[in-house]
Amino acid sequence: MTVAQGIGVSAGIAFGPIVVVGSPITPPADEAPTADAENKIRHAFAAVASDLESRIAHVDDTAAGILSATAMLARDPSLVDGAIARAKAGNGPATAIDGATREFMDQFEALGGYFAERATDLRDVGDRAIAAILDHPAPGVPTLQGECVLVAHDLAPAETATLDRTKVLGIITEAGGRTSHTAILAAQMEIPAVVKLAEAAHLHDGDLVMVDGDAGTVHLDPTEETVTQHRARVDRRKSVLASSTGLGMTRDGKQVKLLANIGGVEDATIAAGSGVEGVGLFRTEFVFLSASSAPSVDEQAEIYRQVFSPFTGQRVVVRTLDAGADKPLPFANLGVEENPALGRRGLRLSAERPELLDAQLEAISIAAKDTGADAWVMAPMVADAQEAAWFARRVRENGLGTVGVMIEVPSAALRAHHVMAEVDFGSLGTNDLAQYTMAADRMQGELAELLDPWQPAVLDVVAAASAGASVNGKPMGVCGESAGDPLMALVLAGLGISSLSMAPSRVPLVRFALSQHTFAQCARLAHLARSARTPYDGREAVNAACDPELASIL
Amino acid sequence: MSTRTATIGSTVGLHARPAAIFVKAASEVQVPVTIATVDGSPVPANSMIAVMALGAKHGDEVILTADGEGADDALDTLAELLARDLDAEASS
Repeated sequence: MTVAQGIGVSAGIAFGPIVVVGSPITPPADEAPTADAENKIRHAFAAVASDLESRIAHVDDTAAGILSATAMLARDPSLVDGAIARAKAGNGPATAIDGATREFMDQFEALGGYFAERATDLRDVGDRAIAAILDHPAPGVPTLQGECVLVAHDLAPAETATLDRTKVLGIITEAGGRTSHTAILAAQMEIPAVVKLAEAAHLHDGDLVMVDGDAGTVHLDPTEETVTQHRARVDRRKSVLASSTGLGMTRDGKQVKLLANIGGVEDATIAAGSGVEGVGLFRTEFVFLSASSAPSVDEQAEIYRQVFSPFTGQRVVVRTLDAGADKPLPFANLGVEENPALGRRGLRLSAERPELLDAQLEAISIAAKDTGADAWVMAPMVADAQEAAWFARRVRENGLGTVGVMIEVPSAALRAHHVMAEVDFGSLGTNDLAQYTMAADRMQGELAELLDPWQPAVLDVVAAASAGASVNGKPMGVCGESAGDPLMALVLAGLGISSLSMAPSRVPLVRFALSQHTFAQCARLAHLARSARTPYDGREAVNAACDPELASIL
Repeated sequence: MSTRTATIGSTVGLHARPAAIFVKAASEVQVPVTIATVDGSPVPANSMIAVMALGAKHGDEVILTADGEGADDALDTLAELLARDLDAEASS
């Protein structure tokens, strides 16, 4: 039995044989241009749109919305005219459709985020039109004979929306993300799903798999015992998590605030409804990344008001603009750098363009006053006490009371004694901290093991930062991915970390983990993790020594 | 040639449902309408793809342009639509 890891986007266990979703056909490489291409292309797109529209009546509202949005793309004059223009320029009709589809997909992907995921909708429309031109069956889910687990490169929204949920036990996709259509619909339809599974391409019709939508894993050819165990674990976890509410604290009452990481207005709304105690990391990049000129104070204040308003009286930690050569801004471009991760990014960029920082601080200050949120402001990429002091002065000059620094550069962690004296709080960004401690590029997938947050050296650096904060009587939090791992959360609490910020969906399990251990037990687990020789040994030692009830649901 | 300037009222910006509602309305008026951001070039308002690619956010100004009989009425209708929070209405 082998186990592959993806991203779990819809909880539950599914076990059954694979059905591979039909791949789209590519236009023949030497497709000849035809005289009546315009007519053919118009007919093909119209047929695709009618087919999608004819299915609207048979599905629920969410699915109907997606089908009609996809049909709308098939009737889009930009797409249809784009394909016709290419055919007139000498392309064969299917090639022309493919070219126009790719052109607009590239535009969407360049816009990133929401748009990049909508590129899948376009690809689906293009593939259906190509199949119609070439007189092939439409790509997608074949007629299902019985219960199965669907495997696809990426399920098009129209496909996900019309799935027969009496037959589809689980879904696996090679592409996709947490906010892709597949993720949203699978969760809504309560079909266990794992996306971004690299091994999906190697699965074949009839292979027996178990999909674990909680852990994000897919087990190939599992034993009956494994399946039973997993089902029981999922049931136990469900009942435990349903009763996990309230403030985050250890069994003996030491509080560890449980906060949300958010990247925009929509995230803020979701987080506010999920029982978190505030926001531990509000990434403000989205305010800047899509703008062609620097957003004004008023524009920014309006966005921050929307983000803050669900959190009146609660803490919202705002990270100031974190851009640089790898995330370039059209209005603050400092040129190409050899090593963007080590270049003028984060606070270093703000030091070069202080007017950007001042405008942002002013806007945060206005929004905080208007909404009554307790806005804390922190700078990314602070390396030493002088930078911390420079930032703190600027923030306080803008009328904001609580200023902090991200601790993601090892130098700032090792000298936290001095750095923390300049500010009111610190927050460890464990992803970048691991990157800089281990000298391993986060963008290099092959280096994942070096970037493991359980690396004992990374934990040593975290411990140094926490000790430096504690000497000054200042709180130190963690806002990296590792805060959402329940075992790591125990270790962090044991190192003296006073707040953990994570995706809101991770909060209930972390809250439960904390509630099962005293602070002294957490400190003991932290000692075990730091004493280990390898990340694997550390995690195993903590797993073996933690509360058995917690271990039984992980 | 008539033009109107409208401010995007939908909190999510001009994509997803608000864009779909706007594009549908723009396809139903009698004259071809274009839409542009303040510093961008005009694109057909009846194209979902082109409208989404504008990337117009909440509070952004956009310029609607049309020519011919009924142009003013069409632009008034569409400008008024853009100023509303279409996402909130669609989900209620």
